Amino acid sequence: MTALRLTDLSVSYGTTRVVRGVSLEVAAGASVALVGESGSGKSTVLKAITGLAPDWTGEIEVLGKPRGHRPDRAVARECQMVFQDPYGSLHPRRTVDAVLTEALAIHGMTDDGHVAETLAQVGLDARFRFRYPHQLSGGQRQRVAIARALILRPKVLLLDEPTSALDVSVQAEILNLLKTLRAEYGLTYLLVTHDLPVVGFLCERLAVMRGGEIVEIAPTKALRDGSFTHPYSRHLYAESSSDIGGAP
Amino acid sequence: MKAGLRDWLTTEAPGSRRQAMAGRLYGAGLALLGNPLAVLGGLIVLLLVLVAAFAPWLAPESPVGQDLGRRLLPPSAEHWMGTDELGRDILSRVIWGARITLMIVALVAVIAAPVGLIVGAVSGYFGGWIDRVLMGLTDVFLSMPKLILALAFAAALGPGIENAVIAIAITTWPAYARIARAETLTIRNAEFIAATRLLGASHLRIIGLHILPLCTSSMIIRVTLDMAGIILTAAGLGFLGLGAQPPLPEWGAMISRGRAFILDQWWVATMPGFAIIVVSLGFCFLGDGLRDALDPKGRK
Repeated sequence: MTALRLTDLSVSYGTTRVVRGVSLEVAAGASVALVGESGSGKSTVLKAITGLAPDWTGEIEVLGKPRGHRPDRAVARECQMVFQDPYGSLHPRRTVDAVLTEALAIHGMTDDGHVAETLAQVGLDARFRFRYPHQLSGGQRQRVAIARALILRPKVLLLDEPTSALDVSVQAEILNLLKTLRAEYGLTYLLVTHDLPVVGFLCERLAVMRGGEIVEIAPTKALRDGSFTHPYSRHLYAESSSDIGGAP
Repeated sequence: MKAGLRDWLTTEAPGSRRQAMAGRLYGAGLALLGNPLAVLGGLIVLLLVLVAAFAPWLAPESPVGQDLGRRLLPPSAEHWMGTDELGRDILSRVIWGARITLMIVALVAVIAAPVGLIVGAVSGYFGGWIDRVLMGLTDVFLSMPKLILALAFAAALGPGIENAVIAIAITTWPAYARIARAETLTIRNAEFIAATRLLGASHLRIIGLHILPLCTSSMIIRVTLDMAGIILTAAGLGFLGLGAQPPLPEWGAMISRGRAFILDQWWVATMPGFAIIVVSLGFCFLGDGLRDALDPKGRK
């Protein structure tokens, strides 16, 4: 079964076309990375899937069902996103508790221990529940953002450079957390990053994007043996191969 | 006990929603109390409220009782602020006038601030033609001189204190709508708003629970700072005869009456003027202090 299928997806912001004819399939339980330089349109693909970039043509299917152009509640329970900047993705005046209970309230669910359970899943103990974001470190904030994405028990998680705003040591913690969560709950990941070691650690396949198009889809082992076919992927590989040493 | 309460308020790990909220208020309160001018402003406003509440007990005489035998007496031990042209005790009138002043600022704030807040937030959040229509309307009101517009409304609706309040409220909300819109524009593309939309939240929920709470602190600050202006506009309308009508002891109207004797009996116009200045200053100081205390970015 496919968790995510993009067919000939093109996305525009106003009159500029940012993504052109992207087709990609992500099997349920798989983890695929979109890599490329900034401005290659990889984050825009995620925004189109979530409904935040409504101006697209083509087809997007989430768990076999075609999705509309705007965020909607049914998709919200199947597909969630973790943003890049944990400092910008949490409301400055709401406690961790308020952030998580709101997700439940929107979907007409009561707490029933969900909040405490989800906090435990992301490795935050109960002390953090009633803190404001300014009382948390960057890594803790990103854990809260992951908890928010997980509390509705989605199957698909879109990760938009989830570690690039964090310190190196904290990056490793968050990556390990993401890896554990995926193994434990059978989540499907679509990860956007420009950090190739992260891809090697978290994904099985990667799609290389350039100028709004996917130029090559390759298995992650290409990061180890350099078996890329497209010249741009080779170039990207060559540029970063010096700092690929397996897991970060 | 005292230390226990402080620990409970300042703990890094609050145990409940209420404790987290109380802790935040405590932090803002401490910041406010650390600012001497804000404390002074707060005390003046508190004094205004107390004087207004206890006017019947505080005022030595009736505000409207005339005694033509003691017209225009200078300030003395018997009449601390002197008497006016109808022999009324000015101190008593200033004390009773506090009620009218407080009522005017409170009513204007209650009417104008929510209207401006909602118009601005809706306009900024949705953008597009909704924004253009609402901001066009706001600009129409904003482009007219405040006092003149209030004057026109008061003249059309008839002189009187309620109409003065309505007229002032109509002229004040556009400024608040502008502020709320500007604030909303900076927040609406924030990732925490996007994240909330992805959870499936409705626009109403996002505006009401996520955007408005972030606009309110700047709104509270602005309204407090504007209180001085509102008092002055109300006094101006009273001065022009379109606000409170005699014999109501409204401060602006009292100055207006005193103008006739300003050279020989200075106290008639000066005393209510002094009251207006003190109260206006109090609101300004308090507003400045609130700005420092409520700004989430400015706090250490």
